[in-house]
Amino acid sequence: MNADLLKDATAATLLAQLNAGEVRSEELVRGYLDRADALKRLNVFVHLDPDHVLDQARAVDARRAAGEPVGPLAGVPVAIKDVLCVEKEPTTCGSRMLKDFRPPYDATAIVKLREAGAILFGKTNMDEFAMGSSTENSAYGPTLNPWDEERIPGGSSGGSAAAVAADLAPLSLGTDTGGSIRQPAAVCGLVGLKPTYGRVSRYGLIAFASSLDQIGPFAHDLADAALLLRVISGRDERDATSVDRPVPDYVATLDRKPESLRIGVAREFFGEGLDPEVEAAVREAIRVYEKAGATIKDVSLPNSKYGVPAYYIVAPAECSSNLSRYDGTIFGHRAEDWSPKYPGEDALHPLVRMMMASRAEGFGAEVKRRIMLGTFCLSAGYADQYYNQALKVRRLIRNDFDAAFQDVDVILGPTSPSPAFKLGERTADPLAMYLSDIYTITANLAGIPGLSLPCGLTKSNLPIGLQLLAPAFAEENLLRTARVFERATDWHTKRPAIGA
Amino acid sequence: MSHPYDVVIGLEIHVQLQTESKMFSWCGTEFGLPPNTQTDPVSLGMPGTLPVMNRKAFELALKTAVALGAEITPFTKWDRKNYYYPDLPKNYQISQYDLPFSTGGWLDIPARKDGGGGSRCALTRVHLEEDTGKLTHGVGDYSEVDLNRAGIPLMEIVGEPEIRSAADARGCLEELKLTLRSLGVSDCEMQEGSLRCDANVNLHIHKDGKTIATPIVEIKNLNSFRAVEKALNYETERQYKKWLEDGLTIKDSPKTTRGWNDAEEVTKPQREKETAADYRYFPEPDLVPVVVDEEWLARVRASIGELPGARRERFQTAYGLSPYDANVLVEQGDDVADYFDAVARDTSEYKLASNWIQQDVLRSIKDKKQAIADFPVRPDALADLINRVKRGELNTNQGREVLGRMIETGDPAETVIELGGYKMVSDSGAIAAAVDAALAANPQAIEDIKKGKKKPEAVKGFLRGQVMKQTGGKANPALVGELLEAKLAELLA
Repeated sequence: MNADLLKDATAATLLAQLNAGEVRSEELVRGYLDRADALKRLNVFVHLDPDHVLDQARAVDARRAAGEPVGPLAGVPVAIKDVLCVEKEPTTCGSRMLKDFRPPYDATAIVKLREAGAILFGKTNMDEFAMGSSTENSAYGPTLNPWDEERIPGGSSGGSAAAVAADLAPLSLGTDTGGSIRQPAAVCGLVGLKPTYGRVSRYGLIAFASSLDQIGPFAHDLADAALLLRVISGRDERDATSVDRPVPDYVATLDRKPESLRIGVAREFFGEGLDPEVEAAVREAIRVYEKAGATIKDVSLPNSKYGVPAYYIVAPAECSSNLSRYDGTIFGHRAEDWSPKYPGEDALHPLVRMMMASRAEGFGAEVKRRIMLGTFCLSAGYADQYYNQALKVRRLIRNDFDAAFQDVDVILGPTSPSPAFKLGERTADPLAMYLSDIYTITANLAGIPGLSLPCGLTKSNLPIGLQLLAPAFAEENLLRTARVFERATDWHTKRPAIGA
Repeated sequence: MSHPYDVVIGLEIHVQLQTESKMFSWCGTEFGLPPNTQTDPVSLGMPGTLPVMNRKAFELALKTAVALGAEITPFTKWDRKNYYYPDLPKNYQISQYDLPFSTGGWLDIPARKDGGGGSRCALTRVHLEEDTGKLTHGVGDYSEVDLNRAGIPLMEIVGEPEIRSAADARGCLEELKLTLRSLGVSDCEMQEGSLRCDANVNLHIHKDGKTIATPIVEIKNLNSFRAVEKALNYETERQYKKWLEDGLTIKDSPKTTRGWNDAEEVTKPQREKETAADYRYFPEPDLVPVVVDEEWLARVRASIGELPGARRERFQTAYGLSPYDANVLVEQGDDVADYFDAVARDTSEYKLASNWIQQDVLRSIKDKKQAIADFPVRPDALADLINRVKRGELNTNQGREVLGRMIETGDPAETVIELGGYKMVSDSGAIAAAVDAALAANPQAIEDIKKGKKKPEAVKGFLRGQVMKQTGGKANPALVGELLEAKLAELLA
């Protein structure tokens, strides 16, 4: 294996080599498998089956060698967040609850990856059931940030972000419910994109909060992100909330200058708690856009301040229902001992005690916290005060964006208020953890697409992310606008100096 | 029987829709397959799966609501009803909460011979949901879960508490079954569970000019129409006796649940839920709301044919049938009513057609467990036979005999008549001879009339029978009557 092959590789460079016959997919994945072995300490993969990976690679090599048509990702490894169902492969959601779950079917995004010839390269670590911003809530231990192994890789898609950042795969899939793609992309120095709600099928994505979840790509640069987005997008008859709109060729148009380059800067994204180094980098990005001829406008999103509270009602409410099936009866870990332990429990039906014990053992603290919160918010007498109120806030937030997008094409700001924080730094303080997503959450509530791309490094060499938001289904323009910045800077070429 | 109370009954009916696939997935719906073979990842509630609405099922429900005169909600949505139960794999049921697809509507309970029925039961709402799986208890120290039923489209029909008797409750259900089968919406088999019914019942007791309401009881485990009627009758009497004993009213006691025990024919208390149900309803985020526009509604309306109620009316007005006869024909279902309509196209002897269908045709297909489509005498052949009777080629008794042969052989009337020599005798000489012979053989008949021992009509009936016997049943009955009268008048003068 040529070690240089993986150095600074992107999906595009690898595809060029694969298509030119300079390298076979089998060689490539062997390189990545070796690297994964050497970097086990990062705890990126929950499950990685070398034989399975090699089989897929050989099959693609055979098709290429036979001159058969191959897909747009033929032979390229893609790491998969462990929340997406892959037929017969463990799919754990980072939870003890699902440690033995092997779905009998593929998620639609996985079907599309297979059709595109991608090599499914392991299942990546995540916060349990995608609840968290640091990947510390995984039942399988935290993932380390390749830029600084004492720090978190962001979350909940921390494993997928670390996989690409550490060059364990050129591409990966994550999911974003409140920022779970964009925030890890920011703190790992990557491009991460959350598509419009309905752009990518959620079939086979194990639900956290159904009205907010979307699958999206991690990549080193926009061209790779565009390619992966194009592959996974589109209407799916198995997801009633997926939207029947044509999928533009994001790759082909990426380098076209946007017809209109009006960039909004929302003052609400520069408030208290924003790290000065992050703010400086984002302000510098605004200057880059100005230089590139953009019109910069101040916009206001007055209801943004209600984003975090509304999110922490809607998402837990939905999760309390989505996760109720894990009770040890049909799905989920089943406790071995459900004998009464607390006063009054002996009066309960044994089945109820079994469910209680199984859920007590199977779920981690953060998941339990959110289930309780959501159950409360939906309870009779409280739903009007909480859940229904939060739905109203959602509409107001969406209205804010609609109004702002009358004047601008894209809204710019920091992705995360701070660079990667230290492992353990916020685990004892859920509220501090929740604020990691303060700038990303509103896009999920409004259903609009958002993208994070690298825009700087702190003095301690930690990546900083720039977030761009666009109107629903404006991914094409979002990518092109981001590309204006990417062409003018070299932040996307920076990689962590990680020793294998 | 008179009681110092009114019975107040409200029905909650669940009907499985007849669809090829489940409410929210492509999984099949065939009944009676081995446990858990009629499932797919969606109906098993597998992590990551999503529901997709079966438009056909929604349309069947729409058809039902339109047929029941209900108001259709133009914008309707799905909600999750959350509760933990092992027959519900997701631990939530996709249902409709505050925006059901239809509200209002009614069912007309047909009049019965006993004078009951003939009333209308208003409906509160009809909504759509997914069925749950089925639990079997007592197989060991565990229970078995069968999810074949999970996800079958289920329509819930909630009736207003307006039914006043157990017989009316049964009539209401039977009319619903007839209507839904006619619409092709459901086969409504209570035994197979495609129609299920819970009944809420209490009494309004009249005492000293006041009305006292007894506590409401919900009766479950009703698995036949007969059980519904029996259970409600039982429960009515039980509640009255109970009230005489303890005097408890609706204010003293919350609604309780009792199960019908078919073997013992009693209701027994069922275990109540341990805590008050809080289903934490919220809009189902995996599904999009359904918009029912005028165009869709018009298409659904156009697909609805004549309903049983209207058909009963028509049978009375167009064919002059009695309400009872019209009902007997209609309540057999569309196939039989269609058969009658077809016969009535080719003959104007509607009453005779109705009688023969009720007596001979229905008996035959019931004995042979046959569908009327397979009945050997087709409507035109039956009409032909009836017309022969009308023309006087056969008397009624001969006609029925010929019909019997036609059913056996499948031959047309003409063939049966020829082979069997069924021609009616209208020769007055021959009949007069038979009258004489009958009188000669029964001299005491005249004496009985003369001495007033028997009523003349009874004797005449006896003598008519004797004359028919003499002619081998072939005599023209009108002529027999005429000649017998003349002869008797002569003898008694």
